[in-house]
Amino acid sequence: MRYLPHTKEDIETMLKVAGVSSIDDLFLSIPDDLKTKDGIDIPEGLSEWELDTHMEELASANIASKNYKYFIGAGSYDHYIPAIIPYLISRSEFMTAYTPYQPEVSQGTLQGIYEFQTMITQLLGMDVATASHYDCGTALAEAALIALKKNKKSNKIAVSALTHPSHRQIIQTYISPSGYEIVEIPYTKEGLTDINALKDMDDIAGIAIQSPNFFGNIEDLKTFKVVADEKKILFITSFTEALAYGLLKNPGSFGADLVAGEGQSLGISKSFGGPGLGLLAGTKKQMRNLPGRYIGKTKDANGKEGFVLTLATREQHIKREKASSNICSNNGLNAMVAAMYLATVGKIGIREIAQQNHDKAMYLKKTLEKAGFESVFDTPFFNEFILKAPAGFKQKRIGLIKNKYIFAGICLDPFYPELKGHYLFCATETVSKNDIDQLAKEVQ
Amino acid sequence: MIQQPGTSGLVLNEALLWDKSRDGRCAISLPKQDVDRATLDDSLTGDIPDLPQLSELDVVRHYTRLSQWNFGVDTGMYPLGSCTMKYNPKTNEVQAARKGFAEAHPLAGDEFSQGSLKLMYNLERYLAELTGFEAVTLQPAAGAHGELTGMLMMHAYFAKKGKQRSKIIIPDTAHGTNPASAALCGFEPINVKSGPDGILDPETIAAVMDEDTAGIMVTNPNTLGLFESNIKKIADIVHSKGGLVYGDGANMNAIMGIVKPGEIGIDVLHLNLHKTFSTPHGGGGPGSGPVAVGKRLEPFLPVPRVVKELDSYKFITDCPETIGKIHTFYGHFGIMVRAYAYILSMGAKGLLDTSRLAVLSANYIKESLKGTLNLPYDRPCMHECVFNDEIQQKNHITTVDMAKRLLDYGFHPPTIYFPLVVHGAFMVEPTESESKEDIDQFIDAVKAIAKEAKEDPEKLRKAPFLTKVTRLDEVTAARKPCLKG
Repeated sequence: MRYLPHTKEDIETMLKVAGVSSIDDLFLSIPDDLKTKDGIDIPEGLSEWELDTHMEELASANIASKNYKYFIGAGSYDHYIPAIIPYLISRSEFMTAYTPYQPEVSQGTLQGIYEFQTMITQLLGMDVATASHYDCGTALAEAALIALKKNKKSNKIAVSALTHPSHRQIIQTYISPSGYEIVEIPYTKEGLTDINALKDMDDIAGIAIQSPNFFGNIEDLKTFKVVADEKKILFITSFTEALAYGLLKNPGSFGADLVAGEGQSLGISKSFGGPGLGLLAGTKKQMRNLPGRYIGKTKDANGKEGFVLTLATREQHIKREKASSNICSNNGLNAMVAAMYLATVGKIGIREIAQQNHDKAMYLKKTLEKAGFESVFDTPFFNEFILKAPAGFKQKRIGLIKNKYIFAGICLDPFYPELKGHYLFCATETVSKNDIDQLAKEVQ
Repeated sequence: MIQQPGTSGLVLNEALLWDKSRDGRCAISLPKQDVDRATLDDSLTGDIPDLPQLSELDVVRHYTRLSQWNFGVDTGMYPLGSCTMKYNPKTNEVQAARKGFAEAHPLAGDEFSQGSLKLMYNLERYLAELTGFEAVTLQPAAGAHGELTGMLMMHAYFAKKGKQRSKIIIPDTAHGTNPASAALCGFEPINVKSGPDGILDPETIAAVMDEDTAGIMVTNPNTLGLFESNIKKIADIVHSKGGLVYGDGANMNAIMGIVKPGEIGIDVLHLNLHKTFSTPHGGGGPGSGPVAVGKRLEPFLPVPRVVKELDSYKFITDCPETIGKIHTFYGHFGIMVRAYAYILSMGAKGLLDTSRLAVLSANYIKESLKGTLNLPYDRPCMHECVFNDEIQQKNHITTVDMAKRLLDYGFHPPTIYFPLVVHGAFMVEPTESESKEDIDQFIDAVKAIAKEAKEDPEKLRKAPFLTKVTRLDEVTAARKPCLKG
């Protein structure tokens, strides 16, 4: 096998040094009755080219292998990825390094992630950002736990019903063993979180609002901050589309205490939902409560500037069961990708791309309305929106995928049973006017 | 002495991104605007994030220079104990980048995602076969996330039995994430000491195991690189009190094809695809931490689960006892593709050989360096061996000094000061990927450093000399945190 370098002579010499006569002898500490009797039923190894054939067969069984058009998002977005990003991230010094525990030979990862932290704080208007988390859902669950642990009086967290359905489920999974509960804040007929319902909720430890919300609508975060302050509880915001903050007012400007987000849109491929990039940011006050790694700037013994992992005393390998979280590995390489993306698009690009997402989505909505879809909310949105489909669309949609590789909206029935026949559409900079007109023609 | 890989060469300085920024530059060709501009209300739009403005070459040089300041497995030997820094095959990257995988939308629908589903199904089957369990979830995003998933399932199991338990036994040879993962589920860790031979004594467990204890978290082989020979007896003790045995499979690289944890009394086990199954560590992630379980815990697995019906595959969510979701979609699919490609490339024999050679190389290092470094537990090891600095302490040289000096010789240091049970630990895991010549260079380098420790200890205390920066002031970094520029 080409990954195993040991020659027969090597093995003999090494056995001699190890003081045994066979490799089997090295396993004598394992009692015989604990050794497996059956071997492993896994096929014989493939050559590189046999592997290629098999993998291409699998990959082409996904319709993503075709020349598709995605008019869907819901937490995973189709964006252009500049060629330099996959090229640079495949530098194996980045890819095959471990966590930068030896800073003298990890300055590349360390400076790169320090720059990532900086650009995320700029994007979100927050004081600090961690070196990444798994995804938005797990980052949001950690944020909910911070609010719950801090509040001794209440064991409930108020979460908007327009938070991504998977994220609400993850919060539930994470918090319920500790006896905590979620209370869901209902939504209004404008497709926004019902602030009046929230005002009436007593005995809550924190508020979590997603904006743009799962319907794509932009929440009025300012008003939620007022309620959080009145109740003296933490205000958490989240988002699934990071590019929205190339255009929208950032959560920091509304006084968010903690922000959890998904960074997949920042140059990371969809990859069937993962790995994406969990973003986690906070105010200065929350710096020591946030879970996961931080990179900080410092100097070496000769006075030269450098970077290290820092504030590690919050982490599991030091604090063990008293740690703020059990997170160890994060999604560092994808954080590096996001940094590369932000550096590539820069200040000019991020606004223009975000604006184009908005332009395309507005045009898509107008065009589909003309084609017989019904507008549901008249609320400002960012790159995603809901429409009620005309009769017969359900079958037409499947046909469109099968025959034209066009994905037209995500059916909301499984997530919001009350919205039967409603679809969540998305348009990004990757769909052209022509694509949109084509779609309208198909669904008419 | 063998010529060592470490040398000095030209390394270029590189400013922070924003110091290179000039107004008006942009490294992307913006897509054409072919629809009308739609304005959002001013009350909703914010200032443009103050991102750097660079040309494409600026960005390319920036990250190329940064990468050159890093040391990776592709650069040289990376013998970090308990981290399994094996070679990350390049074909795995090619497979994960295939359009049909990389551009697959998670909500495209089962019918249009058959390739992804089949891959996940097959990978689950292979991992179940390797570990001797009934079922596997691929959803956890990392090893610690897998531990949390396992603990959540144990918690759900006791909830269903009608009586929750409050404690969990964790040996001193466990990974640091173990107690933190257990605590998230409300289990209070009961720390137990391993015996004088470095492994757990069943009587120690019998003394603390009771009907309020959920079970035990065991890393096997443990973090001393030793096989817990009494595991079956320990499992019997835990089971007799109605408890469950959690296996931390981070060290699975030692026992593939030799021991199936599901056959020796373990009830639930997590694997690290980024250790045993060759996916890159990426400077800290993303990893993937699948969890394997037996029949008893299967109903509690996270949803969705992949099932096969006739010749097609689908996700199911209708599992009434599931712990729920732990990832927004299905976990780190891109990592699964790489691990799957690895298993297929190795085949059954390749995987067995991997463990046998990983163990051979570790024992070769152990015997070669015994005497140069102190070996607190002198017995045959599995895939890693743990030394310490007891001999060098006489010259006031500590593990960290030797580790830093190893950088000058061109090696990434081993894991240091872990496991906690060994004072000044120096934990070496060569993996099966390193050739005998590279291992010999490493052994030679450690011997040379031990000699320097006697003859020129001051030099070691100031090492490293050839790296871009030398020892960094971590105390000030933590006291006055500067986390952004």
